[in-house]
Amino acid sequence: MYEGAVQDLIDELGHLPGVGPKSAQRIAFHLLVADEDEVKRLVDALVQVKSRVRFCAVCGNVAEAETCRICSDDRRDASLICVVEEPKDVVAVERTREFRGRYHVLGGAISPMEGVGPDDLSIAQLFTRLADGSVTEVIIATDPNLEGEATATYLARALGTMGVRVSRLASGLPVGGDLEYADEITLGRAFEGRRLIHA
Amino acid sequence: MPLYRDAAIVLRTHKLGEADRIITLLARERGLVRAVAKGVRRTKSKFGARLEPGMVVDAQLYEGRNLDTVTQVEVLAPYGEAIARDYDAWTAASAMLETAERLVEARESSRAQFFLLAGGLAALAGREHDAGLVLDAFLLRSLSVAGWAPSFRDCVRCGEPGPHKAFNVSAGGAVCPSCRTPGSAAPALATLALLGALLEGDWSSAEASEAVHRREGRGLVAAFLQWHLERGVRSLRLVERS
Repeated sequence: MYEGAVQDLIDELGHLPGVGPKSAQRIAFHLLVADEDEVKRLVDALVQVKSRVRFCAVCGNVAEAETCRICSDDRRDASLICVVEEPKDVVAVERTREFRGRYHVLGGAISPMEGVGPDDLSIAQLFTRLADGSVTEVIIATDPNLEGEATATYLARALGTMGVRVSRLASGLPVGGDLEYADEITLGRAFEGRRLIHA
Repeated sequence: MPLYRDAAIVLRTHKLGEADRIITLLARERGLVRAVAKGVRRTKSKFGARLEPGMVVDAQLYEGRNLDTVTQVEVLAPYGEAIARDYDAWTAASAMLETAERLVEARESSRAQFFLLAGGLAALAGREHDAGLVLDAFLLRSLSVAGWAPSFRDCVRCGEPGPHKAFNVSAGGAVCPSCRTPGSAAPALATLALLGALLEGDWSSAEASEAVHRREGRGLVAAFLQWHLERGVRSLRLVERS
């Protein structure tokens, strides 16, 4: 147990996700011996992120203005919406450079055991975006786990009445892996979603 | 013996660190087990798809001081995969998994609860019956296995043969006019008959019941469950019934 400011810093760092007491202590002592400018840059970055960053009023992604960079970009295809759980999923899809539409961030997945239902996610906002009829396809890109699958099932059922095409990201074998190591559920989904390469 | 193997049902998962998960299992011989599954959130994980809620697995674990560690997993029945494709079934299954977690003790054999839950999940995955009825049947039987079997016909206090028109949650079931206390509910006789059929597994009678009696029965089951668990089951609020 340390005293005063050092212990305060360890306690605060220990509240961060994934940072245990040992890691908090290591980071605190790194900051203690670090160059003062380096620490000031870190402090500035923390203050800036709290004061400037907010959630996009349209899609729920992180933004530094009323709307995010993607929603403000006229070159993006406004007829396609990719629905994801978290802002970090937007970054993952953007890395593919395959998708040129827009996004909608739900803010999580439906999880009855955690008390998270459809009303706790931004599903109503998604319906509002679809109301004017300009969107032709909604691509559901929730996590490939059972909560993500159940959320996709719920959305598909709810969106089915709105006359919009609803698709789900394909699920299957990871590139670079060996078939023999694939589990039966992933392999089963790969068979289910197989594509024709020669008729 | 630090390394052991058991059949288990995945009840719940929690994220841990960068790519791990804490898995809560209902193991056939060991009851409630909490274990770390390392790296399961990575897309190349061999376990990830197998350790999802509702999966029945054959697992090998390494016993730890607080948490065990999953070392191998094989799927025995991938019920979760089929259930997640039906939203009503998914919400019902969530309430079943949460209830099982609350009723089973850690490190105590719970074969009856294990087989009951596996049967309930199989019924949901196979779309054998209405998901809401499967849920209510599971809740009633699960409480019975835990030692709180309700009576829906004879008086639960004096044993007077029924049917009776009053139901008292704290007493544990139907009560006759002389045993009836203030606060007893007065459900329709058909509702009590439906609940009795669900408890006994008389599916032809249960399936023939009317929506109004299913709705009333659902409320009684929820109240009975909450009384014995001493707090509500969160998933019940979100159960969708068609």
